Amino acid sequence: MTEKTSNDAPKAVSRRNFIKGVITSGVAVSSAGYLFRASTLLHGQQLTGGVGERLITLNVNGQQRRVDVMKQETLASTLRYKLGLTGTKLGCDRAECGSCTVLIDDIPHYSCSVLAHTVRGRKVMTIEGLASADGTLHPVQQGVIDEQGFQCAFCMSGFIMTAVGYLKTNPNPTRRELANGISGCLCRCQDYDKILTALMRGAENSRRSKLG
Amino acid sequence: MDNKKVVETAKTAERPYGAGYKLIGKNYTTPDLYAKVTGQAKYAEDFRADGMLFCKLLLSPMPHARVKRIHADEALAMPGVKAILTANDLPAPADTLTDNGTVIKASKWGERGLTNEPVYQGEPILAVAAVDELTAAEAIEKMEIDFEPLPFVTDPLDTLRPGGPNPRTDGNVWTRPTAPGSQGPGAPVVTELKWTKADFSELAKGRLPMGKTPDEWSYGDLDSGFKNAALVLDETFVTPDTSHQTLETRSAMAYWQNGKVYIHTGTQSTAQTLPAIARWLNISPDNVVFISEYTGGGFGSKITGGVSMIIAALLAKKTNTPVMMRISREEETFIGRARPGFQGRMKVGFSKEGRITALDMFVICDNGPYDAVGDAPSSGRIVSLLYQPQAMRWRGVTVLTNTPPRSAQSSPGGLQGIVIIEPIIAKAARKLGVDQVAIRRINCPEGKAPFGPLLQGKQQYATSAFLKEALDRGAEQFRWSERIARSPKRMGSKVRGVGVSLSCYVGGTIGFDGLLVIKPDGRIAFQSGIGNLGTESVMDVHRAGAEVLGVPWEKCDVVWGNTTKSLPFTCVSGGSQTTHAMTRAAYATAMDAKKKLQEIAAKKLGGKPEQYEVANERVFRKGGGAGMTLAQAAKYAIQLGGVYDGHEAPADVHKLTKASVAALAGQGLVAAAKDTYPRDGSTFSYVASFAEVEVDIETGKYYIVDFLASGDVGTVIHPRALGGQMLGRSTLGIGHAIGQKWVFDPHYGQMVSKRFYQSKPPTILDVPVDMQWTALDIPDPETPVGARGVGEPPVAGGCGSILNALSDALGDEIFQRAPVNADTILTSLEAGRPMQHPLMAHI
Ligand code: FES
Ligand code: FES
Repeated sequence: MTEKTSNDAPKAVSRRNFIKGVITSGVAVSSAGYLFRASTLLHGQQLTGGVGERLITLNVNGQQRRVDVMKQETLASTLRYKLGLTGTKLGCDRAECGSCTVLIDDIPHYSCSVLAHTVRGRKVMTIEGLASADGTLHPVQQGVIDEQGFQCAFCMSGFIMTAVGYLKTNPNPTRRELANGISGCLCRCQDYDKILTALMRGAENSRRSKLG
Repeated sequence: MDNKKVVETAKTAERPYGAGYKLIGKNYTTPDLYAKVTGQAKYAEDFRADGMLFCKLLLSPMPHARVKRIHADEALAMPGVKAILTANDLPAPADTLTDNGTVIKASKWGERGLTNEPVYQGEPILAVAAVDELTAAEAIEKMEIDFEPLPFVTDPLDTLRPGGPNPRTDGNVWTRPTAPGSQGPGAPVVTELKWTKADFSELAKGRLPMGKTPDEWSYGDLDSGFKNAALVLDETFVTPDTSHQTLETRSAMAYWQNGKVYIHTGTQSTAQTLPAIARWLNISPDNVVFISEYTGGGFGSKITGGVSMIIAALLAKKTNTPVMMRISREEETFIGRARPGFQGRMKVGFSKEGRITALDMFVICDNGPYDAVGDAPSSGRIVSLLYQPQAMRWRGVTVLTNTPPRSAQSSPGGLQGIVIIEPIIAKAARKLGVDQVAIRRINCPEGKAPFGPLLQGKQQYATSAFLKEALDRGAEQFRWSERIARSPKRMGSKVRGVGVSLSCYVGGTIGFDGLLVIKPDGRIAFQSGIGNLGTESVMDVHRAGAEVLGVPWEKCDVVWGNTTKSLPFTCVSGGSQTTHAMTRAAYATAMDAKKKLQEIAAKKLGGKPEQYEVANERVFRKGGGAGMTLAQAAKYAIQLGGVYDGHEAPADVHKLTKASVAALAGQGLVAAAKDTYPRDGSTFSYVASFAEVEVDIETGKYYIVDFLASGDVGTVIHPRALGGQMLGRSTLGIGHAIGQKWVFDPHYGQMVSKRFYQSKPPTILDVPVDMQWTALDIPDPETPVGARGVGEPPVAGGCGSILNALSDALGDEIFQRAPVNADTILTSLEAGRPMQHPLMAHI
């Protein structure tokens, strides 16, 4: 036990110091960072900031989709609010949790941290595009069904998309390898063991469906 | 963490559960899973409505202040800005009318969603609705507010000091004075409590000061317990504040139609969120429709949703347009609830075998600025149950601070109490030379184990406890003796340590309702008022009903997630109540259906109801003979009317259930029942947790080599869902050991740990690739199906076993607070004593 700890207690805060502190850290008012503009909703009203939208074409889940995007608009916003693809979730809006993961040219990306206009001419795949047209689930989706792989599932589409992308480079991973592959995703219900078991089953299903 | 030495191990085969049952104890695919894997499942932020506006919040930059003036003109003049909502627009908080007719006055200290006197940094002051979110955010930026700063405090000890600042103008602690004309405590009130200079002299010795507390209880002879002890330890320990960090924030969308408000947001109870919304908006429950089919985690932070949802509802009313309120991760940290940290001290006496002869427990609970949390009192009851001290005193104080609001989080109070005592037990075992499993075994609760304060001279007691069996099973499966025998523990700079921890928490409540309809097509609809927050109890509990009726699961539908769908009165899914409470209700309801089927058969086919049995989707004469299908019986039920098809409801069910029965009337055989089964004792579930860690003493980094949770949780209903809870909740607890905490700048009252990366939940790389769980599957004798809840108990075991494994590896002089980070390990190892401040909060 240490003897000289009581001196460390915080000193009384003077009002002057406090105000100074608030000024230096006066950031809480600003909560920007996860914003999206749908100026088409403005019905012709004048915008203040001069943020123009451009009509672009995106290839999403195998379809060409024409959509107006702002230059600072994230792919997650476009998918969720303009293309109606709400299976892509936002858990943190700033590259910390992976729940917004989609495939861009088969590589997993955090769609909250990718600008929509930068993916023109590339193939975007979301959770909605995984099952085939006749409703047959993707082998990884089926693996999750087989093992009851998640709890609340808010993280699920991120994990599934990440695993699908990872398995393209390593179709026969060990548990440890797959854990590394999906470690950019956070699950707060936190049964990582069952998630890993389900995605391993998905990997096995994928190998089998390729053989069969 | 360093993972490179992990050995691949195969998953141990799952134990078979559910012997003698068709559905109970068996795995199945929950009916919500297909929508989840295909991205079709809609959470609150996935709903859209025509012309939907967006709103943004203005959060207080100060920890405590008064709003003198809001300059909003420039913001409101912006094109696209539709409305502003301030605290002055909020309805007066409504009183609560309880089911037995008592009126509980709305607390004047309660949280209302927006405020003119922010009591924590990040508290919402106003909201703006605009045509899109960027416009709303720009309007927020243009707002100017004149604040008058008020005194504030972030560390409970600082407000308890003589002359310390008060977090609220009325005081700094929650007390429960005896209600006039009654024996029990009344509604909690905020009062002022200051300790003396003499009390604080303990702090200089690095020990928790123990001044006056509003609450205390004791039993047994503490003095002689300490006198007769072979070893007495007196330790101070601090547990962290941790945000719930549900992956889905409390976003909400609302609109009004024909005088009714429709609200989408996450919840831990569909049925009970509706009255909460009505109370917050001060409108009739008849004018509320609540939709919540999918919720992205709760952990206690969304028991009846969050009060912030009324902001969207009131802006929607003001603008007569749907409003979406997206809550960002940073906003969620401020308004999204957290577990209160404890500053605790325990003096524990042990016999030479390790039996606890006396336990003197003292806790300070950091409540945050709003409603009183129950963590402090529950910590005392849980510790007394779990370690069965021969004599015990508990003292506690729930202190307000200007930090974000707290609420129950998985094992509220249980985690804190257990995490304070577990390292002391580990230390005692080392000092006494007793094995860590043995010292816990000797203190384990068993059977109808007593706990808590004396009420009319007697302690309360548990319904049952088989924790010794769970501990033994766990020790065997974890190969405990083999691991501790392994030597040397040190290889180069790497040191291994093993730890075990006990844990328990409330495992169920009683007295709720169930409701089902046998439809004329022979299908059964189970009406479920449970929130769908991921545990799957919303579906699982009804398997107990289907089991009683002998109906294959393929013929069953679960109806959930929308208050217009005729749901029964249901417990909230908090405190691990649901599996216990709602399997009882499901069982009672299935028995009601069975009785009605027998009566219908007797009426139609002759004989007495008891001459009929129900099985294989039929009701038929025992031993063969006349009978009918459930489909036919449902048609007859409609012909008969009355109690059979829901035109009459049982007298004893809740008014919510009665309304739902009436709404379903005529659709088939309607069965409804209240759980009135007797129960002798209070229900708890128990876990013994085991961990092995490897610490690199050159870097201070460590990783978890292996982990096992062994549960005494009653009858297993759904093994995969149970495994998810056992290991998922363990991992939540592990987060408290390996790194999660709140950090504050106490000088300015500003929070530092606002995002995931600043208080990082465990990732898949922080836990072993093969975690293990097992469950005894011994039915609780005091409930028809034998099932108890499991969400809470694994949490403290996860944290405690890691802490104990660390002290096994490193010794007792490294840490006296959780979490334990690499810097603490390195600096303390070098100094030979704990090098963190022993008591300061939020460091
Ligand atoms: S929402 Fe994109 S990483 Fe969290
Ligand atoms: S299952 Fe809930 S966050 Fe992963």
